Amino acid sequence: MPAPAQSVPAAGPVESTALPPVIEAHNLSSHYGTRQVLFDIDLTVGPGEIMVIMGHSGCGKTTLFRHLLGLKAPSTGTVRVLGQDLAGLDRSGIYRLRKRLGVAFQNGALFSSMSVRENVELPLHEHTRLDRNTIRIMSRLKLNFMRLAEHEDLMPAQLSGGMLKRAGLARAVVMDPQLLFFDEPSAGLDPVSAAELDRLILDLRGAMKMSIVIITHELQSVFNIADRIMVMHAGRNLLTGTPDEVRSSSDRRIVHMLNRSPHQEEFDADRYLRTLTGEEQ
Amino acid sequence: MEMIRPTRMVDLLADRIARLGRAGVFLSTALWQGLTPPWRLYPVVRQIHFIGARSLPVIVVAGTFVGMVVALQFHDTLLRFGAVGLLGAAVGLSLVRELGPVITALVIIGRAGSALCAEISIMRNEHQIDALDCMAVDPYRFLIAPRLLAAIISVPLLTAIFIGVGIGGGYFVGVVLFGLSPGAYLGGMFDSVLWRDLVMGTVKGSVFGLLMAWICLAKGFFLHLDPAGAHGSEGVSRVTTDAVVLASISVLFSDYLISALIL
Repeated sequence: MPAPAQSVPAAGPVESTALPPVIEAHNLSSHYGTRQVLFDIDLTVGPGEIMVIMGHSGCGKTTLFRHLLGLKAPSTGTVRVLGQDLAGLDRSGIYRLRKRLGVAFQNGALFSSMSVRENVELPLHEHTRLDRNTIRIMSRLKLNFMRLAEHEDLMPAQLSGGMLKRAGLARAVVMDPQLLFFDEPSAGLDPVSAAELDRLILDLRGAMKMSIVIITHELQSVFNIADRIMVMHAGRNLLTGTPDEVRSSSDRRIVHMLNRSPHQEEFDADRYLRTLTGEEQ
Repeated sequence: MEMIRPTRMVDLLADRIARLGRAGVFLSTALWQGLTPPWRLYPVVRQIHFIGARSLPVIVVAGTFVGMVVALQFHDTLLRFGAVGLLGAAVGLSLVRELGPVITALVIIGRAGSALCAEISIMRNEHQIDALDCMAVDPYRFLIAPRLLAAIISVPLLTAIFIGVGIGGGYFVGVVLFGLSPGAYLGGMFDSVLWRDLVMGTVKGSVFGLLMAWICLAKGFFLHLDPAGAHGSEGVSRVTTDAVVLASISVLFSDYLISALIL
């Protein structure tokens, strides 16, 4: 029987406490076929807050990410993003909402047939009536911010892993979104590039006052950038709290996670034998 | 031999029906997005360049040799019946009605269809389609519709070029190699090829273009729903092979249906 999630008060930026949350998920459950992958998740993200969702691979982080983006419908429960219930939105409503969001994928998800600049300019071409020069200036601003201006004419295949992530991030923020989602920012990066990306994320929040939701299992990054952390295990929310509260948690699974050791259930030899002989499924 | 249980058969049937329904929704959504404003010509022209213009060399080579071999075979056959004067008619009719549309479609499936399927499935694999969706850019309008429209426009044009070049190849064999008079070759052809035959060739070209693009694009687009569940390079390779096989069989099957309806 998994332990219930520990409830800890939000510790987001002070100026944001009077404003409504940008994300509210209540009792969110999700299935793939008959297999349940999320169990009664509750999540609230305040304005200007950096919320990190962390957990081992396969714990349901990416499924939760897809629910928050409206890419997957929950089995039960509700998800409200920027005040709108995703279940009540049709396709055009979802698209109107997504114009106010930015999403950066793990590998950048850049279009391989377009240069870095063309990738970053794409949302502006699609959603605004700005002339080419203005679009060029806006994309250059974001590329400068990401320290990619001198690489804008390169194709994605010519970029390093860190540059791909930064280019994906530039594209995600080019429309100045209120809420940014970032999937595994540090995954596959060397420590220097990972630290540089963490710094960029903090700078982005400072410059654009956006809320940021990050999914990661890189502990170093988690504690560098998070205002609050949601710790997931086997589809359940173990704890939501500040980095200090997560560090001081006594939950065995969280302690194992923070110590970078795999969490193992105690071995029950009798039960194992019963399983082998077919007495127990 | 292992028996298939009834529940498994019901599951299989349900899966097939679901796939058909998904493919139908895919086609209607892509056509709707392509045919309603705002229209954007440049992406369609770019795809016409890829599917059409860049397929020209292979179509010209294939058309020439198919025309030559058809003339060679018909010349040998007609000679036995003393009807070599009908060579132009035989070459013209077989190219316009059957060989032109079918071989063009099969060549385009191999050259462009496989590339379309691989491109879209890699985009699915690398979350580029999810990225479009998350940027509120409709992937049907942005990716699928231009490729579908380009195929519907390009394949009939390539078919016409194939037929023209094939007639030229037949002319070379019949007139230049076997010494048939040019008037007999071309005159017999103009007399026997009717408007109905040209309509059949055009209809087949358009339908084959639609089928090729529909199957190849849908297979790539729904890579993530593939029941075998293999993603990555293995998944891309498998759906591309499946798409080429299914599109080729669909072309041959619909060729029979259209011929039966028009004749």
